[in-house]
Amino acid sequence: MSVLAAETRPKDASTSRVLDVQGLDVRLGRFHLLHDVTFSIDRGERVGLIGESGSGKSLTSLALLGLLPDDAHVSGSIRLAGVGHDLVGARERDLAAIRGRDVAMVFQEPMTALNPTMRVGDQVAEVITIHAGRGGRDKRAARARAVELLDQVGLPDPGDAARAYPHQLSGGQRQRVVVAIALANDPSLLVCDEPTTALDVTVQARVLDLIVRGVSARDAALLFITHDLSVVATVCERVLVMYGGRVVEAGPVTEVFRRPRHRYTQGLLAASDLDSAAAGGRLPTIRGTVPSAGTFPDGCVFRSRCDHATEVCATEPAWAGPDPGNGFACHHPAGAERAS
Amino acid sequence: MSADLTPRPAGPLDGPTPATAEATLPPDEMPPTASPSGARRRPGASFFVGLGLVGLVVLMALVSFVWTPHDPTFVDASARLRPIGDPDYPLGTDKLGRDVLSQILVGARTTLFVGLVAVGVAGLVGVPLGIVAAMAPRRAGEPLMRGIDLLLAFPALLLAIMFSAVYGGSTLVAMVAIGIASVPSFVRLVRSGSLQVLSTEYVLAARAAGRGPWAIGVHHVLPNVSGLVIVQASVSFAIAVLAEAALSFLGFGTPPPTPSWGRMLQESQELLFAAPRLAIVPGIAIALAVLGFNLLGDGLRDHYDPRMEDRR
Repeated sequence: MSVLAAETRPKDASTSRVLDVQGLDVRLGRFHLLHDVTFSIDRGERVGLIGESGSGKSLTSLALLGLLPDDAHVSGSIRLAGVGHDLVGARERDLAAIRGRDVAMVFQEPMTALNPTMRVGDQVAEVITIHAGRGGRDKRAARARAVELLDQVGLPDPGDAARAYPHQLSGGQRQRVVVAIALANDPSLLVCDEPTTALDVTVQARVLDLIVRGVSARDAALLFITHDLSVVATVCERVLVMYGGRVVEAGPVTEVFRRPRHRYTQGLLAASDLDSAAAGGRLPTIRGTVPSAGTFPDGCVFRSRCDHATEVCATEPAWAGPDPGNGFACHHPAGAERAS
Repeated sequence: MSADLTPRPAGPLDGPTPATAEATLPPDEMPPTASPSGARRRPGASFFVGLGLVGLVVLMALVSFVWTPHDPTFVDASARLRPIGDPDYPLGTDKLGRDVLSQILVGARTTLFVGLVAVGVAGLVGVPLGIVAAMAPRRAGEPLMRGIDLLLAFPALLLAIMFSAVYGGSTLVAMVAIGIASVPSFVRLVRSGSLQVLSTEYVLAARAAGRGPWAIGVHHVLPNVSGLVIVQASVSFAIAVLAEAALSFLGFGTPPPTPSWGRMLQESQELLFAAPRLAIVPGIAIALAVLGFNLLGDGLRDHYDPRMEDRR
C-alpha cells in the first residue's frame, strides 16, 4: 500500500494545526443544537467524537463541511488550514471549492452514499475533475487516477470495479469506494461519520485499517465520529465526548477511557464495559434517554439523567482543564470523591 | 431495455439497496435492512402485451413508408364503399373509394408523430422544471409550482383548440398544445421524485465532494428520476394519441388529406349506419394503440416504482 503516499499538493508547513473550531453555535428554528463547541485537530492527528445519538456529533461534522440546512443560524468560527477565510458564513461557492479538496467526508451508509445510476469509476473521477481546475479536466487521466485509487483502497480488479455500478459491489467494497472518493484529492482533514457502523465486524476492521493508513499516508487529520468506543480506542489518539450539543469532556483516549471525569463519559464507558457485565450479567445503563432537541435541561445538560446531580448542577459547569482539548465540564467529576 | 442497469430511485420503502443487488452480495455483507425478496423483479405480462401493441403500431408506421396496398389518398370513384374482405381492398374502401388499410397504415405515422411531439414537448419542458422546482429555494419553487397548478386546471383539449384557432389547424400545433397541457404532470412527478433523490446520502456525499447544484441536478438527480419519466412518458403518449383522435374528430387536428385515425372516425359519421366498419376499424386501431401505451406504462411502473413491489 505504498502508493497511498500520494502527495500532490504542498501543505502549509508553517502551522501544524489543520482544524480550529472556536465557539461553534448552531440554532435551527427555535432549537439551540450546538453550544459553544470548541476543539482543534493537528496534522496527522486522529480524534474521535463520541456520544449517544442525538448529542450533536453528526451536526458538528456537517457544520465542518458547511452542509447545514440554509435556515440554520451558525455562529463561531471554523478555520481550516490552507483556507484563507472562515468557513462559518462563507459563500456556498467558496465552500464547494473546499469540500472534497481540503476536507472530505466518509458517510455511514455505503449502500446509499453512492449514486446507483453512475459507474463507480466515474464517481471517483468526478471528484477529481471538479477540483482539478480548468487546465486539468482531462477525463481520461481522471479515470485512470480513479482506477489507481480503487486499487489503493484494495478493490480486487480495480479496472473492472471502476466499470461496475454500486449495486454490483458488496457493502465493504462500496465503503472502500467511498473512502477512495474521500481521499481522492488528498484532503488535509477527513471526517468519518460512523463509517463502519453498517458493516459487519470483519469487514469493519479492514475498512478501519484502510482509513487509518490512508490518513497517515497523507499526514491528514482525522475526525472520527462513532458510538463504538472500542473503535475509538483502536483508531484515535484523542477523544471528544459530546452530549446535548456540547463537548463535555476531551483528552487523550487512554486518559479519558481509563479515568473518565465527566459523569456522562463514565456512564458511556460503564455501558460498554463487558468485563463488569460478565459478573453482574447485565450491562449498566445510563438511565433515561437522550432528550429530544430543545428539551435538554439548563445548567448542566446531563443533570436530568445523572445520578450525582445536585442543586449546583442547575448552573452551567465551567470547563475544568488546561485547554479546550483537555478537560471536562462537570460539577461532580468522577474521581474527585477521594480528593475531597 | 437494460433492466438491471437502471435501478429505481431510492424510496422510503425501498430499503437501502436496489433489489437487483441482492443476488451479487455475499450473505455476510448483506445489510440488515435489505428487503427480503431475493428475486430480481421481472417485467410483468402487461409490459409485454403493451410492448407488442406499441410494436405493432410502430411496425405499421414503418411498413407504410415502403409499402401500402394502394395510395391512401387516391380517390377511386369506381371502388367506393367496398366491404371488408374485398379481394383488392382487405379492409374495404370509404365513401370516396380510398383504401382503408392503406389509410390505417399511414395513419399510424400520424399517431406516433403526435405522441412523440406531445411527449417531447412535455418532457423537455417538464423534466427540467420539475428538477429546478425541487432544488430551488422555497421562495422560488413554490410560485413555480402554483403556476404549474394553474396550467393543470386548464383543459388540454380547450388549449389545443385555442392554439388551432390562433395558429391554424395543423397536427404540429395541436400536438404542441397537448404537450404543453401535459407539462404539469411531468413537473409534479419529477419534482416529487427529485425531492426523494435530493434527500439521499449520495446527494449529500456529492455536495460533500464539492459538487455544485447544476452537476448534482444533471448527474445525480436526472438519472435517478429517469424511471419515473419513462413511465410518465408512455402514459402521456397514450393521452396524446387519444387527444389527437379527438381533435381530428372535431376538425382541429390533422388537416386532410393526411390520413389520421381520428379523422377517419369523423368522416365515417354520416355513414355510421350504412357502413359501420368505417368507424369500427380506426376505432379499434386507436383503442389498441392507447391500450398498448397504457399497458407499457403500467408494466414499466411495476418495474420502476418501489411502492408497487408488494402489490404484485
